[in-house]
Amino acid sequence: MKPTMVFSRTPGLKDVVTSYCPGCGHGVAHRLMAEVLVEMNALGRTIAVAPVGCAVYGYDYWNFDTTEAAHGRTPAVATAIKRVLPDRLVISYQGDGDLASIGMAEIIHAANRGERITVIFINNANYGMTGGQMAPTTLAGQVTTTTPEGRDVSQTGYPMRIAELLATLPGVKFSARGALHKPGLVRKAKSLIQKAFAIQDAGTGFSIVEFVSLCPTNWGVNTLQAVEMVEKDMLKTFPLGIFKDEQVGGKD
Amino acid sequence: MSETVFMKGNEAMAEAVIRAGCRFYFGYPITPQNEVPAYMARRLPETGGTFIQAESELAAINMVFGAAVAGARAMTSSSSPGISLKQEGISYLAACELPSVIANVMRGGPGLGNISPSQSDYWQSTRGGGHGDYRTIVLAPHTVTEMVELTMDAFDLADLYRNPVLVLSDGLLGQMMEKVIFPDPEARKKDGLLRGRPLPPKDWALTGAQGRAPRFIRSLIMKQGALEEHNFKLAEKYARIEVEEPLAESLACENADIMLIGFGTSARVAKQAQLMLAEHGIKAGLFRPITLWPFPSEQLATLARKVDRFLVIEMNTGQMIEDVKLVIARERSLKEVRVELLPRPGGGVPFPEEIVARAREVLK
Repeated sequence: MKPTMVFSRTPGLKDVVTSYCPGCGHGVAHRLMAEVLVEMNALGRTIAVAPVGCAVYGYDYWNFDTTEAAHGRTPAVATAIKRVLPDRLVISYQGDGDLASIGMAEIIHAANRGERITVIFINNANYGMTGGQMAPTTLAGQVTTTTPEGRDVSQTGYPMRIAELLATLPGVKFSARGALHKPGLVRKAKSLIQKAFAIQDAGTGFSIVEFVSLCPTNWGVNTLQAVEMVEKDMLKTFPLGIFKDEQVGGKD
Repeated sequence: MSETVFMKGNEAMAEAVIRAGCRFYFGYPITPQNEVPAYMARRLPETGGTFIQAESELAAINMVFGAAVAGARAMTSSSSPGISLKQEGISYLAACELPSVIANVMRGGPGLGNISPSQSDYWQSTRGGGHGDYRTIVLAPHTVTEMVELTMDAFDLADLYRNPVLVLSDGLLGQMMEKVIFPDPEARKKDGLLRGRPLPPKDWALTGAQGRAPRFIRSLIMKQGALEEHNFKLAEKYARIEVEEPLAESLACENADIMLIGFGTSARVAKQAQLMLAEHGIKAGLFRPITLWPFPSEQLATLARKVDRFLVIEMNTGQMIEDVKLVIARERSLKEVRVELLPRPGGGVPFPEEIVARAREVLK
């Protein structure tokens, strides 16, 4: 019997080793994003904006045009790229420090203007690149380098639910949260990206997909424990689901 | 064809941006530059362009970054406190070598200061302003017509060198109305600072990788030695600009009794003082840097050989005078010649009579 290729590297990613830690969710998110672009035959019309954070080297891994942006300014940069080149697919790829802390003004206003961009938002409940500080998404009680006794919400506030928050804005046409730690969820995650990109191509408004991700290194656990932590702790604070879907043709 | 109209400085500058072929403007309200976003909001859509009132100066300068990444001519304007906020973005624009134009209609500082005309951002503008080793080309008009011309030139120089260019005016030039001559944009490419040089293709812009390898634009350069190499490459470009681009106006400086030195509004007032000094029988020269960076050092150095008294007029506590002294000290001993200052910080604008009085004092 002739062997059949059932799985291979996607041409949407470069054939390189990433700098991500074992168990990190970025690699899965990158692959899903790249696979969808390949299926849409959109690699040649995609322009991505990489954030400051672990995904800053996006251009080393992604096989499409990519620019860096200053910390948190990613949606502002993506806004202008899309305004200059409205027929391109523009992706703002961001982490939780970038998007939910320093870049809160930029994300809210890009969303509120209904910019025809797609945000892929990686929520791993801490600042990964700088060694595991508290992020706006850090869970109550979670230990980070800047919450050594665990996050005290009476002093530092509560984890921010970005997908729910942005869903309240009329300019946002698609807002959903998926996860990357189980095969079934990975398949669903891919469908969320497909929907978000379809919204962008329809030109109706802003789309965002938040992914609950894993950061075993900075959480101080191994990969299996990290999966458990996502399942047990993170999904309680960050429930999965589609919070808004105004795709032409109805819901889901 | 050139066109003569009666127009306000800020609006004339905004019109010049459009005539220079820029279709992407991103602004945020701050006095005394509010006429620029207002003009753009009305005019840009008529020309098929895009105006966005950004959520902040930070967002505005980063939208300029995005538009430049995509290969478009892009611009933002603000006034001193807002320009401070843009410095992060300007550093990134310089690092990524993205052509861009930033107009600073200066007001009094530091802090919130006031909304009166000022020149207190000379250091910030000419020393980079943000973090890291970089330079921005700084053009300083002294009339509304020149504001128009230099704004057009700014886009050409930005494209020529792949560098941010600042148009540094102030609340007086921005708010005043006077006769304005709009040059023909094509003629200006020959007569202006571009001097007819061809503009390089934007073969680095991100447009989607259809039919070519993907491109990237970045300023994080972590490989051992690579950032040092990048910084030296930028420094080479800056050195080339320092040779090619310095520009100043000099009026009757040869063998003058005293040389008045100022830029922008200060120079405009000094021109009046120059005429008044002539009535007193004093031969006053006037030296007006038009490019503040690169500073017109060679031109000043040559003229400084035959003049013994210098009066620097600045609407700040004395910033450009440091560059002036550095240049004069190359040619003359500062013990033999006098380099004096007439400072008007905090929104003060000098009267010609003040300059005349101070010049006569320096000549005693």
